[in-house]
Amino acid sequence: MKLRTRPRVGAAVAAALALALGLSACGTASGGGSDAETEELKELGDPEGEVSLLAWPGYVEDGSNDPEADWVTPFEKETGCKVNAQTYGTSDEAFNLMKQGGIDVVAASGDLSLRLIAAGDVQPINNDLVPNYENVYDFLKNRDWNSKDGKNYGVPHGYGANLLMYNKKEFDKAPTSWDVVFDKSDEHKGKITAYDSPIYIADAAVYLMKHQPDLGIKNPYSLDEKQLDAAVELLKKQKPNVAEYWSDYLKSLQGFENGSVVAGTGWQVTMNELDPKKFGAVVPDEGTTGWSDTWMVSSDSEHPTCSYKWLDYMASPKGSAAATEYFGEAPNNPGACEEAKDPKFCDTYHAGDEKYAEGIWYWTTPVTECLDGRSDVKCTDYSAWTKAWQQIKG
Amino acid sequence: MRIPTPVKAVLSVIVCAVLAFVYIPLIIVVISSFNASQSLGWPPQSFTFEWWVRAFSDKGALSALGTSLIVAACATLIALVLGTLASLALDRFEFFGKEAVNLLIVLPIALPGIITGIALNNAFTTMLGWRLGLLTVITAHATFCIVTIYNNVFARMRRMSGNLRDAAMDLGADSFTTFRLVTFPQLRSALLAGGLLAFGLSFDEIIVTQFTAGTGVQTLPIWIFDNMFRPNQAPIVNVIATFLVIVSIIPITLANRIGGKAATGVA
Amino acid sequence: MSHASRTKVRLPAPPVTASRRLSSFFGKHRRLSLTALLAAPLAWLVLIYIISLLLLLVTAFWSTDSFTGQVVQEWTLGNFGAVFTEALYRAVTVRTLIIAVSVTVIDVVIALPVGYFMSKVAGPRLRGALVVAFLMPLWAAYLVKAYAWRTIVSPHGLLDSLGISPGLGLVATIITMSYIWLPYVVMPVYTGFERIPDNLIEAAGDLGAKGWKTFTAVIIPLVWPSVIAGSIFSFSLTLGDYIAVQIVGGSQQLLGTLIYANVGTGGNMPLAAATAFIPIAVIVIYLTAVRRTGALKNL
Repeated sequence: MKLRTRPRVGAAVAAALALALGLSACGTASGGGSDAETEELKELGDPEGEVSLLAWPGYVEDGSNDPEADWVTPFEKETGCKVNAQTYGTSDEAFNLMKQGGIDVVAASGDLSLRLIAAGDVQPINNDLVPNYENVYDFLKNRDWNSKDGKNYGVPHGYGANLLMYNKKEFDKAPTSWDVVFDKSDEHKGKITAYDSPIYIADAAVYLMKHQPDLGIKNPYSLDEKQLDAAVELLKKQKPNVAEYWSDYLKSLQGFENGSVVAGTGWQVTMNELDPKKFGAVVPDEGTTGWSDTWMVSSDSEHPTCSYKWLDYMASPKGSAAATEYFGEAPNNPGACEEAKDPKFCDTYHAGDEKYAEGIWYWTTPVTECLDGRSDVKCTDYSAWTKAWQQIKG
Repeated sequence: MRIPTPVKAVLSVIVCAVLAFVYIPLIIVVISSFNASQSLGWPPQSFTFEWWVRAFSDKGALSALGTSLIVAACATLIALVLGTLASLALDRFEFFGKEAVNLLIVLPIALPGIITGIALNNAFTTMLGWRLGLLTVITAHATFCIVTIYNNVFARMRRMSGNLRDAAMDLGADSFTTFRLVTFPQLRSALLAGGLLAFGLSFDEIIVTQFTAGTGVQTLPIWIFDNMFRPNQAPIVNVIATFLVIVSIIPITLANRIGGKAATGVA
Repeated sequence: MSHASRTKVRLPAPPVTASRRLSSFFGKHRRLSLTALLAAPLAWLVLIYIISLLLLLVTAFWSTDSFTGQVVQEWTLGNFGAVFTEALYRAVTVRTLIIAVSVTVIDVVIALPVGYFMSKVAGPRLRGALVVAFLMPLWAAYLVKAYAWRTIVSPHGLLDSLGISPGLGLVATIITMSYIWLPYVVMPVYTGFERIPDNLIEAAGDLGAKGWKTFTAVIIPLVWPSVIAGSIFSFSLTLGDYIAVQIVGGSQQLLGTLIYANVGTGGNMPLAAATAFIPIAVIVIYLTAVRRTGALKNL
């Protein structure tokens, strides 16, 4: 008997939860603020002795994966907050884990942060309680993916760009346009590479913004159906010339190294492993996509002081240098350049280069409510992008 | 038995070719573990012991190895009990729905791992509201390991005559004592063979594990999955794989020897 | 002497213990003892596995909230509609089946001579060594093996330097999967050959059957259930794979890739569940078709 009732109770709870979420989503869509909003912290107390973090692999390292990479131990010694770290594999997984509770701080990518804010799972940040926040690059502050209605919701981790990588044997001059992987990809038949994720559709949209202005794309993460179709068409034309889509660092590195690909999306960390005499990486004139993840504090955190300490540590020159240099991305503040192991660290990743950073469209979750301010049309959401991406790959 | 010599020769050549097919990729893995290049490129560039040294001080890998051993051992243990019970029932009794029970035992291995994975993930997290962890992985692994035990034990029992068991019962042993002193010793090698297969199945399982382990539990295949794509870590993964292949000789040989002896001695 | 003593000695009456009472109780109530044996394994499989599968089926009729990614419990046929009408799913299903069938055929063709050699030609020592040799690769991690094949088939790889590389793609996927699943097919086939008594084959020979005739008319039918058993492994493992294909498949998608993307990046469990019913249907059809061969008892 017990066994028969259990699923029903579970279903009822799930239905109630879904209903509540549905309502809160509607509330957001209609423009009103979510009623689940929490107040920002007024002052810090004594450190609570522990803090649990949820982050991408490689963001919170205590030396157990690589003895050289350890920025948790210094933090623990300094603040007396013991770190419990968990990693997640996809933004959806992180979203569900946050719902389950027990986590104080989460490192959220652009396709997660807005959802967390809307659902009331994270609290606004009192910048005065994060002394190091002042030093964070201005161009990373109060952006679409880390703030709402002018309120700051987190501290940036680091940032990076999806670069156009190329083999110098095939290109005498550095390419200045993404057209080498789109309209001119025929010239390198079967030797193009691209990032294997629905979010890559935004790369096509960035290209279309410049090359088909009549489509009226204002923000590559905010595409109505017609605009999405145009991006999909572009990517379908690119597909026959793609050697392979890559989703991990090793695959893209191997592709360039063994010559099976000569041009396509790559990361700076990949470029670092390659011979700069043979390969190059640029941000083309159209601009590019990239990422800037955000450390956010859970709205039901039981360790707010330690949470703020971690945010402050991640914005400190030392903490930021250690974490971002290991991951292979630009740090969030200029002081980190001095602390990095590699003296050329900041030059390599163009840290602080405002023009470079301005050319980046940071990953943001596409949602039905258009991010570019249009209210007369509905935009395509991430699940539509996922379906489109499957169609493109065929 | 009379098998013509040319046939034997042809078969030998085929077996040698297949062995080459099986071992060449493994040799590449071994070579890569000494290759100074980090991208697993070919041909290898220069020789280094660095990855081997680093692998054995890699706390993450070692703790993942420990987790994998715990998961595989627990899953095998559960499967041993459930699989043996099921095979006893199906061997000794005729009943309505026997075919269906047989199909039910086979199903978790016959359906692709991703289906088992998402079905269990869905049930654990939404229906039961459990947090994914060690317990959920062990549960999932035990489910698809039952069949290996069941089939080995069932096949052995088919070959065993019931006479010994009947004799023991006639001599006054109760059915538990009979199982302990007569049936079990005859089954020992089948249990060992099935158990080893179950252990191996669980140890290298990645798809079901990805969906049932959550974030807190890192088995060795999951650790490999997370590290294969990180800078500096890919060659260490090769070291671990080489190490596992070498170490696996011990249990396999042991099982083979015990299994072989028992098979000739009893059945 | 011994004969005489056996008649004289009287066995002492066994002590009456709790386990004995229980045992005789079960002896008298066969239904109950069957229930006692089956209760635990059946409960485990039905409560954990079958209910999960049914729940997955139910989920396939629900939809998700596009913003939060949470499942919304409104009945819809939309997911199945998408899966059965979209050309993408048809194309990927066909591709997956081609790969699964090719992998299975390759593995069976390899396993037959190898299994026959191991059980009927090789001596006990060599046989033992070969069993170890074919089981050992199982312990080299799956991902590592897939990456090793990537090294072999990529440009400038081992095969490419010999000028015979298929490159990344469909063929590489078939080779790699045949490789990874080979031990799962070789082992049951070998056991199948082991079970055929030598004297049976000799009898066939004595009755006038020629070598090849013996093989096709006597040996193959006997070993067939084991071949089918092995094929269930290679077939089902290929049908659900999404990792190896990502490593060596170029930009191919398989059914596993679609399911994984639907649930992972898409966060759309209902659509993933609907997609999952393609391989479930394929496997159920396959199992029903081969059930009569007795293969299910040989896994």
